[in-house]
Amino acid sequence: MAAITTVELILLTVVSAATPLLLAATGELVVEKSGILNLGVEGMMLVGAVSAFIAMLTTGSWALGIVAGAAAGVIMSMLFGVLTLFFLANQVASGLALTLFGIGISSLLGIPFIGLPIEKLPTLDIPVLGDIPILGPLLFEQDFLIYFSVFMVVAVNFFLFRSRAGLILRAVGESHDAAHSIGYSVIRIRFFAVMFGGAMAGLGGAFLSLSYTPMWVEQMTAGRGWIALALVVFATWKPGRVLIGAYLFGAVTIFQLHLQGFGVQIPGQVLSMLPYLVTILVLVLISRNASRVKLSAPACLGQIFHSNT
Amino acid sequence: MRIKLVPRQTHSRLMTWLTPVMALGLSLVAGTVVFYLLGYPPLQSLYAFFISPISDLYGVCELLVKASPLAMIAVGLSMGFRANVWNIGAEGQLTVGALAGSALVIYFPESNNILMLPAMLILGILGGMAWASIPAFLKTRFNTNEILTSLLLVYVAILLLSTLVHGPWRDPAGYNFPESVIFQDVATLPVIVSGTRLHLGTIFALLAIITGWILISRTLAGFQVRVSGLAPQAARYTGVRSNLMIWCVLLGAGGLAGLAGIIEVSGLIGQVQPIISPGYGFSAIIVAFLGRLHPVGILFASLVLALSYLGGEFVQIKLGLPLGIAGVFQGMLLFFLLSCDILIHYRIEIRKTSLSSSAGST
Repeated sequence: MAAITTVELILLTVVSAATPLLLAATGELVVEKSGILNLGVEGMMLVGAVSAFIAMLTTGSWALGIVAGAAAGVIMSMLFGVLTLFFLANQVASGLALTLFGIGISSLLGIPFIGLPIEKLPTLDIPVLGDIPILGPLLFEQDFLIYFSVFMVVAVNFFLFRSRAGLILRAVGESHDAAHSIGYSVIRIRFFAVMFGGAMAGLGGAFLSLSYTPMWVEQMTAGRGWIALALVVFATWKPGRVLIGAYLFGAVTIFQLHLQGFGVQIPGQVLSMLPYLVTILVLVLISRNASRVKLSAPACLGQIFHSNT
Repeated sequence: MRIKLVPRQTHSRLMTWLTPVMALGLSLVAGTVVFYLLGYPPLQSLYAFFISPISDLYGVCELLVKASPLAMIAVGLSMGFRANVWNIGAEGQLTVGALAGSALVIYFPESNNILMLPAMLILGILGGMAWASIPAFLKTRFNTNEILTSLLLVYVAILLLSTLVHGPWRDPAGYNFPESVIFQDVATLPVIVSGTRLHLGTIFALLAIITGWILISRTLAGFQVRVSGLAPQAARYTGVRSNLMIWCVLLGAGGLAGLAGIIEVSGLIGQVQPIISPGYGFSAIIVAFLGRLHPVGILFASLVLALSYLGGEFVQIKLGLPLGIAGVFQGMLLFFLLSCDILIHYRIEIRKTSLSSSAGST
């Protein structure tokens, strides 16, 4: 019996560790599919995390906390959207600016709240099904954001590949000039995509500060925004593979934490390098095949669009 | 009335140098608003942030102390940005450079050899280069995006630093603090203005700026860097080897960041600590852009960003404002710069919408 609960516990923590990555990467995938590269994920996650935490602490409502996280992410992403879509700024530089700004503003906003405890996001248990051994708690006793993250993978997959709007969004990402010439508003579609990415990154941050470690710590995302960006490349821009990738990284994170817990004779910091090193390794394995990346990447990714008409 | 962006025939040189000033002005205005919103007297806060810190010789020297690593790193990064190589992991290269140079002191703490310091500086450069060679190798050999690899390696480098100061490099006589032994005299960069902390590192930064300027404007290599950024196809046709270029700009930037790292430790901190840099590697990205990727511009931009660090520390002590304010100011500065930069390639045309003009435009 005890063995089963340990397995359950490990699987549950893997899901927890994967969820912020899954949320942020799913959002960024849609942004990149529209042809925009937003490197500000880390900054948006941080501002989402601190906003969600403040809202949860002051109102006591976890729903408001989640909404605040998403809203903060959207506001941040709009800064990026205005910069790149209306002021035609370089996307790489603008994304970096967003991350640097996000680190600063989140630490500024979060100062009065450092170290304060909140209650962890409640789990929404589904009766009967939750009692199934091992799989029960894993599938049916999770919190809202975990259900939502998996739902969004399915929803985004359906949207991108089964709906008309998704087809248009992909067209904009593949050839903005062609999409523009047949009458689609490239700027508007991309702006919405960027805002969606902001909301999802904000939710990823909210999950960190409300559920994963229910507290606020400066720079608590610890590079997860960058790992999420790498996941999109790893997934060759396919939502289902983002899910696989995120859970794989969740597993690596938990694996190294457990190694630390078991008192392995390796310093904790060395084990903490593992998720970053694995990310680099995975990036290398995927991008080794240059033509494959070229085929799956949206053709207009990172390019500036300006129409003269 | 309608506002329209009209592309310029050639980019505006005037605007290239005017937009950083505009961005600075806008950031000051926005900064006033931020101070006001946080509940601090805006004008007094601005004064405390930008004027008080540099109102005496000590303050000016502190400014130079902070500007030196920023300028040194930014010169290296700017070469890469010009060639479209996005090394954003200078913070990691700085850290590994600092570690490589410090290793000499850790393993020879008693040495009085006067060659100690030069050897440390060289090891610092090599350390930064080694760290930058990872993204360079992965980019040229496996086509891996250097933005992500260089950035992810920052976290690895900082964890490496943490491993060492909490473990093998910890001073046995240091009451269990995560700090190394204090560097001996031969391992410390000399102070050049007595009574201040201004050390020889500033001279190195100046040399880096001058060398960078000569490289970019007076040599073939500099020309090739510029061409491969502006017109990659043309560069390839004229025989620029893009892989070699990627290696050169990454190693150059890594070496300078590593040098900046060992200079921080040897000239300022005097021992290895868990935190070596307050984010110079990232702020240097802003310095590079604000300085128009040009060594002379970078000189001025590094002073601006150094002032934001210094001012941030000052208002923290004087007004109790959080240190994060410096980061907010830096982020805003880059935002405003990037948005003002549209004026370089486009001019704004304001048209009155009348019947004739709207008929003419369709």
